[in-house]
Amino acid sequence: MHSFPRLLAAKMQNDFIRVQEADFDLTTEVKTLRKNDPRVGAVVTFVGTVRDMNDGSQVKGMTLEHYPGMTEKSLEEIIQQARGRWDLYKTLVIHRVGPLLPEDQIVLVAVTSAHRGEAFAACEFIMDYLKTAAPFWKKEETPEGSKWVDARVTDDAAMARWK
Amino acid sequence: MKLELRFFASLREGLGLSGESIATPPEVKTIADLRSHLAERGNPWAEVLASTKIIRCALNQEMVADSTPLVEGAEVAFFPPVTGG
Repeated sequence: MHSFPRLLAAKMQNDFIRVQEADFDLTTEVKTLRKNDPRVGAVVTFVGTVRDMNDGSQVKGMTLEHYPGMTEKSLEEIIQQARGRWDLYKTLVIHRVGPLLPEDQIVLVAVTSAHRGEAFAACEFIMDYLKTAAPFWKKEETPEGSKWVDARVTDDAAMARWK
Repeated sequence: MKLELRFFASLREGLGLSGESIATPPEVKTIADLRSHLAERGNPWAEVLASTKIIRCALNQEMVADSTPLVEGAEVAFFPPVTGG
């Protein structure tokens, strides 16, 4: 009976989810994630950034909206699914919200594992699921005005590969 | 049934509303029923929630299918397909 809350607490300390307006530093985040963990043999990270072009339109900037509460829950669910498939040590997802400019960092997914195969696969899986299941929405500023970005069929296809 | 509605992104802008507390009549049993019920209010509801539009729905912050039954006191959110990452 007593071990359950302790296990739960231990599990939660290995998965870090942050939704924030502030930028992040990849080196600092990786250093923190693998600190004091000599089991780690592989760290895979993905950083998504803002492009200055989308669907043939110039992008001057964008604003990211999300659904507070559900966002964190859905990211936790995505990470638990990844843990069900691969042996992972620690995971980190940072997603920025609010106003962003071209070249800004939007998202970071970082995964540590004993071996690269699991870390590569889990990082891509988390990112593919995030694109289709986490409640974030982009609104782009273009010379023609601002417009909500349409979801991509290719994102659904990327997620379907994992089914 | 009492429900807490939430709207996001283009739906929030189209309706000019981010949320609303409502009480629905007994015939509104599922997510799909709720969507039709709201669309019956006329514009902008009819336009924003038109059946031709692809809209996602979350029940108590979990993405669900249109056929999902509503539950008393639930938070029900409508939004366009997500575009994060």
